[in-house]
Amino acid sequence: MTSARTIRELTDKDYKYGFVTDIESDTIPPGLNEEIIRLISAKKGEPEFMLKWRLKAYRHWLTMKEPTWANVRYPAIDYQKISYYAAPRSKTDGPQSLEEIDPELLKTYEKLGIPLKEQKALAGVAVDAVFDSVSVATTFKEKLRELGIIFCAFSEAVREHPELVEKYLGSVVPYNDNFFATLNSAVFSDGSFAYIPKGVRCPMELSTYFRINAADTGQFERTLIIADEGAYVSYLEGCTAPKRDNNQLHAAVVELVALDSARIKYSTVQNWYPGDKQGRGGIYNFVTKRGKCLGAGSKISWTQVETGSAITWKYPSCILQGDNSVGEFYSVALTNNFQQADTGTKMIHIGKNTRSTIISKGISAGHGQNTYRGMVKIMKGATGARNYSQCDSLLMSDTCGAHTFPYVEVKNSSSRLEHEASTSKIGEDQLFYCRQRGLSTEDAVNMIVNGFCKEVFRELPMEFAVEAQKLLGVSLEGSVG
Amino acid sequence: MAEEGQTKTMLEIRSLRATAGGKEILKGIDLIVRAGEVHAIMGPNGSGKSTLAHVLAGRETFEVTGGQVIYEGRDLLAMPPEERAREGIFLAFQYPVEIPGVSNMYLLKAALNAMRKHRGLPELDAIEFLALVREKMKLVEMDEALLNRSVNEGFSGGEKKRNEIFQMAVLGPRLAILDETDSGLDIDALKIVARGVNSLRSPERAMLVITHYQRLLDYIVPGTVHVLHNGRIVRTGGKELALELEAKGYAGVEESVRGSRRAALPS
Repeated sequence: MTSARTIRELTDKDYKYGFVTDIESDTIPPGLNEEIIRLISAKKGEPEFMLKWRLKAYRHWLTMKEPTWANVRYPAIDYQKISYYAAPRSKTDGPQSLEEIDPELLKTYEKLGIPLKEQKALAGVAVDAVFDSVSVATTFKEKLRELGIIFCAFSEAVREHPELVEKYLGSVVPYNDNFFATLNSAVFSDGSFAYIPKGVRCPMELSTYFRINAADTGQFERTLIIADEGAYVSYLEGCTAPKRDNNQLHAAVVELVALDSARIKYSTVQNWYPGDKQGRGGIYNFVTKRGKCLGAGSKISWTQVETGSAITWKYPSCILQGDNSVGEFYSVALTNNFQQADTGTKMIHIGKNTRSTIISKGISAGHGQNTYRGMVKIMKGATGARNYSQCDSLLMSDTCGAHTFPYVEVKNSSSRLEHEASTSKIGEDQLFYCRQRGLSTEDAVNMIVNGFCKEVFRELPMEFAVEAQKLLGVSLEGSVG
Repeated sequence: MAEEGQTKTMLEIRSLRATAGGKEILKGIDLIVRAGEVHAIMGPNGSGKSTLAHVLAGRETFEVTGGQVIYEGRDLLAMPPEERAREGIFLAFQYPVEIPGVSNMYLLKAALNAMRKHRGLPELDAIEFLALVREKMKLVEMDEALLNRSVNEGFSGGEKKRNEIFQMAVLGPRLAILDETDSGLDIDALKIVARGVNSLRSPERAMLVITHYQRLLDYIVPGTVHVLHNGRIVRTGGKELALELEAKGYAGVEESVRGSRRAALPS
């Protein structure tokens, strides 16, 4: 069918962030052992508690097995072949101000559409830029500081605010949580840290932009966000990587803590290099993201648009511990060519009258395999808990797959759960209808797919939503089958 | 009727044949439509009426196996569906398609601007578009709330059909093909839709009105009526042919077709 061919052509667009920045970098030799961990810790100038925590994690990791339950397939990873630390070499030990940043780096971020010079910076968005293993710049720091908001590189937080880090690090994702999170705990090199004090509404979006540049390195960043009582923050995360023929591991951990009545909105547009059309190369995105609604009436909302990576293994979750707390998960996951995604969420209801909403939209094209895996767990004390789940899958070809694994565990009979699911193929009739109204196939596909994702996109901050729509269009080019 | 005057040919169908899933459905259609004319195409279920409509609009689920279609002097069959639409062919669907999450207004604006661009006209901005839409909505007494709903999603049968005619009014086609626009409409809705269609009749615009029942033709009065049977046009006449069909049924008309053929043979 012609429309089949056009959709395929449509999803064949090129990855435009695949360039490599030519920059001198300080990379430690591949391999993993206690010496490497001590070296990373020393390079970061960390206090003793941090090193101890890393070593504890490493020793535990040695006893763990890589999980195999996910619906993804990939050759075994040789953890001794990965370099666990790469940093752009700077004259001083880390940039002290934007003026000291290597101009090559600034150019890289400009090219990615993330200007770091504050006079040019995105209005209303403070950015922490993470390049390979280190944070290279954080914008609007001083402005935020006036409100008592701490937004800085994780390594800086470890040095400057050890009491906060020590208190909350691992409080949501413990060092022994799972294989990849434990590996991250041992070797993480940088990431972002944010603390919003009591009653403060963060006046701008906080954002981290992750970029993998060096070859044969893994990226293991760690993000920790704490919203104190009554605080509010909206956080954005973006990621890209150069095109390379081999696979690169990205194993991040994100922990969110919301105290009484605090609200955290965490949005991700994940666009790591997905590999080529034959499935060569691309990022293994094995990420643990979890938020804890520790306080009563708190709320954590995850929104993700996952279009990149060769393999995505990711379940942004909420532990609803405080009474009347709310967890939300809005997801669009797209797999094209030979991409695989196993993604979803866990909503753990512990407190009374806790509520959660899950809206998942999976789009599969080419030979992509898309799995939704979710768990809703209602604990004994979660009287009056409620969950609403909706999982929709859209198929764009005859060679792709959509899979749904919803798990439900209820230990309190007063709870109420709803689950809706649908699978549909992009309709020849829908395409024809749009074309009969004068739209090109490409515009018709974009319109239909964006319509399918609308419930998720409307949760994204404005500029991100526009970006996400464009990204979806690009990722799908040449795909309708 | 004035519309039967010697204006220039808009659409000429010559010996058109088409198949779906290997089965021949159109077995040689000949038809000439001039600007300003309204032709009704009637016929029993399975006679090929909707197939003809979709083939003219360029649906790829049907394969054209023979014949020619000349539209405004161009080879229509060589154009993809979107180009046909941009050149002024509009199909009011018998079963309008639902597109979840895409607002009716958004689709229509994209459609109108695609057509304007094709004709070298500037795109309408939101305010101009809204003004146009408000004016055209009155033609089919459409509720403004439907504009912001997803395309056809959760619309009643009548609302869907009204929406088709509303789209037609906004897009202003040269050749409108109405595929069983009356099906599923109660008499009040039918009158509203017909009034909307009639208000769009003009000397520059031609219409092909496809219907199973004569009822619609009481309200949208055609200049010419064709009876389609088994993939061929078997009778052509004035609007009174529709009444004859109503009285005798398709079987009766078919009988007379065969009868006249037999009678014609010896001479």
